[in-house]
Amino acid sequence: MADVFVLVDHANGAVRKTTAELLTMAARLGNPVAIFVGSGVEQAQPILARFGASRVFAMDNADVAGHLVAPQAELLAALVKKFSPAAVLIPANPAGKEIAARLAVKTDSGLITDAVDVQATGEGIEATQSVFAGSYTITGKVTKGTPIIAVKPNSAAPEEKAGAAQVVPVNLTISEAGKGAKISESKPRVSTGRPELNEAAIIISGGRGTSGNFGPVESFADSLGAAVGASRAAVDAGWYPHTAQIGQTGKQVSPQLYVAAGISGAIQHRAGMQTSKTIVAVNKDPEAPIFELVDFGVVGDLFQVLPQATDAVNAAKG
Amino acid sequence: MNIVVCVKHVPDAQGDRHFESDYTTDRSGDGLLSELDEYAVEEALKLSESAGGEVTVVTIGPDAAADAIKKALQMGADKGVHVCDDAIAGSDSLGTSLILAEAIKKIGTPDLVMTGMASTDGTMGVLPAMLAERLGLPQVTMSAAITVADGSVSARRDGDAASETIVAALPALVSVTDQINEPRYPSFKGIMAAKKKPVETWSLADLGVDPAAVGLAGAYTQVTSVTKRPPRAQGEIVTDEGDGGTKLAAFLAARKFI
Repeated sequence: MADVFVLVDHANGAVRKTTAELLTMAARLGNPVAIFVGSGVEQAQPILARFGASRVFAMDNADVAGHLVAPQAELLAALVKKFSPAAVLIPANPAGKEIAARLAVKTDSGLITDAVDVQATGEGIEATQSVFAGSYTITGKVTKGTPIIAVKPNSAAPEEKAGAAQVVPVNLTISEAGKGAKISESKPRVSTGRPELNEAAIIISGGRGTSGNFGPVESFADSLGAAVGASRAAVDAGWYPHTAQIGQTGKQVSPQLYVAAGISGAIQHRAGMQTSKTIVAVNKDPEAPIFELVDFGVVGDLFQVLPQATDAVNAAKG
Repeated sequence: MNIVVCVKHVPDAQGDRHFESDYTTDRSGDGLLSELDEYAVEEALKLSESAGGEVTVVTIGPDAAADAIKKALQMGADKGVHVCDDAIAGSDSLGTSLILAEAIKKIGTPDLVMTGMASTDGTMGVLPAMLAERLGLPQVTMSAAITVADGSVSARRDGDAASETIVAALPALVSVTDQINEPRYPSFKGIMAAKKKPVETWSLADLGVDPAAVGLAGAYTQVTSVTKRPPRAQGEIVTDEGDGGTKLAAFLAARKFI
């Protein structure tokens, strides 16, 4: 069975959930092989084994960690040329998509980004994408080179499947061209203690209607163990950090439940949340376009509705 | 400092967008300069206003794509290059980046190549990295703020895990996010001045690009099906009469979210 490469998404060895999803997809297509870049492979290995990785190519050196994406693309290109995998699956976050882009050029291969599903068919590997702000679903395939597919988070339910996850260290000298963009400083983000937006099963977002007070949104989110998002209007007003922005120029999410509070539902926002499984909105304006999308909507003041709902959720949990 | 800004003419995202029968994007409706490219044009103008030099905008696309150049010239860019050739239609990101890279080489590699973070139609966000790879330039992408001094560029890149500072020597490729500035509106003076600014139109032959390597036939990917997503059926809407929150919680409980 042909190898299918998965680029591991991790922070110093703490493997993110997307990696388990990608390994699960890779197992549908062939023999999952993990590519681990950075430090902490010992910590990651048991998790990679649990989700079916047969081997783990690991590379840890300062040139990779200290430069933006290009060294990772060089490493992947060298491995693709040596092992000719059936496909390469990469997490569709900004850095992942950039690595995929450079890898496609380096290996003269086709690239599909933001896939929400990947399947083996009689005619090769087919990827599904949601496009034009979620208004169309398209399927496509790579017709030249090695299929390089950037996959969105939450696109597969991780399935455990024992693998050997044998760690194979890789040494590669990064070219001078690959070291052109240095990461001179890195300030870690202070954790909010809430789930990451890309991984969260439930997201509560606030918009213009919060008038800058995200307290009720955050309390409601905490009652449900949810992540907190924001509309572009709220971010542009300086009420919430850009890293929380949901929409075309922020994150595109598809949680099990998305609650939009005080968000009108402009196309820029819909592009980021339209594929959520269940959508709920709270808005004072009954004409707000967000209500066209909802499974359940409350026409009302979020400052009344959300605290009452928070109390009811907390009471139900006991 | 000379800057080349890559821009794209896109269908209006506010309207309904569709596909042609060959699964390429329907570009017959009204189009405009991709909103996210305005931030790159604005940043390039600011840099050239403080450091001098010329801003050239380059685009690829059918005749209507000239409107994207026109808008950038109205904002204040100095000149435009429009790569227009029937063989380009249907190009994927690999084909597009190849053509753009050759156009930039023909312009003469500037101090900075600038782009938006993604187009508002394809939204892949891969073109800046592909261009950096093809041109052999340092990749300084997703910049939320940049400073250029002493022959190098420094940028703030805000990621989920960390906010990073990226530093590279010029020439470099820089992509910018919508956090970097507030793009200007063209002034009346700018609109009048744009009419006299030079725009060159180049074909693939002018760039030495093999037409068979690009376009729909030369694409590295193939769309195999297109399905319009059925409109979401509107669910229950209640008006808060003092019990809206309770009803919301009941809905969540019924759907097993609590």
